[in-house]
Amino acid sequence: MGQDLHTRTLTQLASGLAQGEFSSVEITSALLGRIENLNEALNVFITVTGEQALETAKRADAARASGNAGALNGLPIVHKDIFCTRDVLTTCGSHILDNFVSPYDATVVKRLADAGAVVLGKTNMDEFAMGSSNETSYFGPVRNPWDLERSPGGSSGGSAAAVAARLTPAATGTDTGGSIRQPAALTGIFGIKPTYGRVSRYGMIAFASSLDQAGVLTRCAADAAMLLGAMAGFDERDSTSIDHPVPDYVAGLSESLEGLRVGVVRQHFDSGLDEKCAQVVKDALSVLESRGATLVEVDMPNLELSVPTYYVVAPAECSSNLSRFDGVRFGRRVDDPADLFDMYSRSRGDGFGAEVKRRIMTGTYVLSAGYYDAYYLKAQQVRHLIADDFHKAFREVDVIAGPTSPTPAFKLGDKIDDPITMYLNDIYTIGANLAGLPGVSSPCGFVDGLPVGLHLVGPHFGEELLLRCAHQYEQQTDWHEACPEAFK
Amino acid sequence: MSLDKDQVQQIAVLARLSLEDDEIAETVDKLSRIVDFVAQLSEASTDDVLPMAHPLAVTQRLRPDKVTESNDRDHVQQNAPSVANGLYLVPKVIE
Repeated sequence: MGQDLHTRTLTQLASGLAQGEFSSVEITSALLGRIENLNEALNVFITVTGEQALETAKRADAARASGNAGALNGLPIVHKDIFCTRDVLTTCGSHILDNFVSPYDATVVKRLADAGAVVLGKTNMDEFAMGSSNETSYFGPVRNPWDLERSPGGSSGGSAAAVAARLTPAATGTDTGGSIRQPAALTGIFGIKPTYGRVSRYGMIAFASSLDQAGVLTRCAADAAMLLGAMAGFDERDSTSIDHPVPDYVAGLSESLEGLRVGVVRQHFDSGLDEKCAQVVKDALSVLESRGATLVEVDMPNLELSVPTYYVVAPAECSSNLSRFDGVRFGRRVDDPADLFDMYSRSRGDGFGAEVKRRIMTGTYVLSAGYYDAYYLKAQQVRHLIADDFHKAFREVDVIAGPTSPTPAFKLGDKIDDPITMYLNDIYTIGANLAGLPGVSSPCGFVDGLPVGLHLVGPHFGEELLLRCAHQYEQQTDWHEACPEAFK
Repeated sequence: MSLDKDQVQQIAVLARLSLEDDEIAETVDKLSRIVDFVAQLSEASTDDVLPMAHPLAVTQRLRPDKVTESNDRDHVQQNAPSVANGLYLVPKVIE
């Protein structure tokens, strides 16, 4: 008993708990034991909350015994360390917050806790979610379970690697330019970035407020459907939260794809895409066709500008958001500041890593007098053109499908010295953030032993459709069941 | 290089970021590459295109002006580097 609990999906664990096959304490103990043995090789966790997890699991088992089980009662989960968690260290992967114990819970944390989920720990990430490889973390890079010399992607790399290595069946993440979908693709798991405003951003440490959105990383679409149902919905504490009904995502999974129009963006296959990845993605599109979908070519002429647009808009918002780290109310302060200016600039200079400083300075530059119109205003106009490309496409098709990432997982150290090469990693995912659209990445095959993701983007509030597409795709393929040999 | 050392130092002052001497050359190089990269936006034709500030076509929601939070100052201030009598302490700003 207990030996195979880590191999089960969230859905399988939920049914085992409901049938009394095992307890939440047994699941929690099994996974904590695995984390203790395997975390060092992967560097997935910044904090493991073992004691609290066992306490929560005991309460969950008692609640189930007395007939008060919530939707996620006793199910294990981990949180990206960007979500404020009351009385738990919340670092955002940064030195400047490495002593920050949050006085409150993010809405995502609270909703999952209220549903009965058991939190095993907080996962490593690129500093302030700024990165696509997990190498900008103050706590060191996360390693990809498929090849420990490679990056798991980022910024939700710890969450992705934790799920891929079967240390947890599910994890929260955030996605500002691809930070859920790209690591999901690079580690062979499922990830969903919902519509902007679908999930509350309250208590989620802000990077770029008009782009950030919380989502989940799981082994399959059904697990994500279950979790998203518990997380999504209006929150008065987030002024950009949208009051829109939350459908039963699980109930929608079983509908067929008959008649579904799948858009294939010509520009996605033009250049920059690894040839073997392109073939794997084309094979995945054929599977969708075999489930009743029709492929339609769509043209998105402004899409190639999405990366430069993003690298104006996101740094601009980041430079404003990160001004709150001033060494006064929370976070690190340098010793013996000469004056207020010295305190601000040295606390920030010491506390932030190189990539975060570059982004703050890029943002400061594009917002500064004389450059605002040429960069920031221009980028916001191009953002409109990109969003219009999507809206036009969605008049012809129901979803847009393509690759999640231009290559499979790359080696740690390969791209970190060239910001532009790193930025271009997110070329297929950034558009959805700029337009506020939901997107998923679903495991769809391997290139040279490394996983590849199929990217699906839907119209606003199209999560149900995306989850159904991915679930139907999983019915005909078993890529989502593949597990790295060392973590079986 | 589209940015020089003086410009980068001025940006760092505006951003309240101290840069060590050995960080400056690298920052000039990488920031210049980023600025050159985003400069391709200038080629896009955006006449009469409205800037997009929000991904969804919605208006900002307002809420009633009511007190909803309780005072948990002591709990919150446990994270502060320096406090006294409920106040945040900073280096002297008035002579």
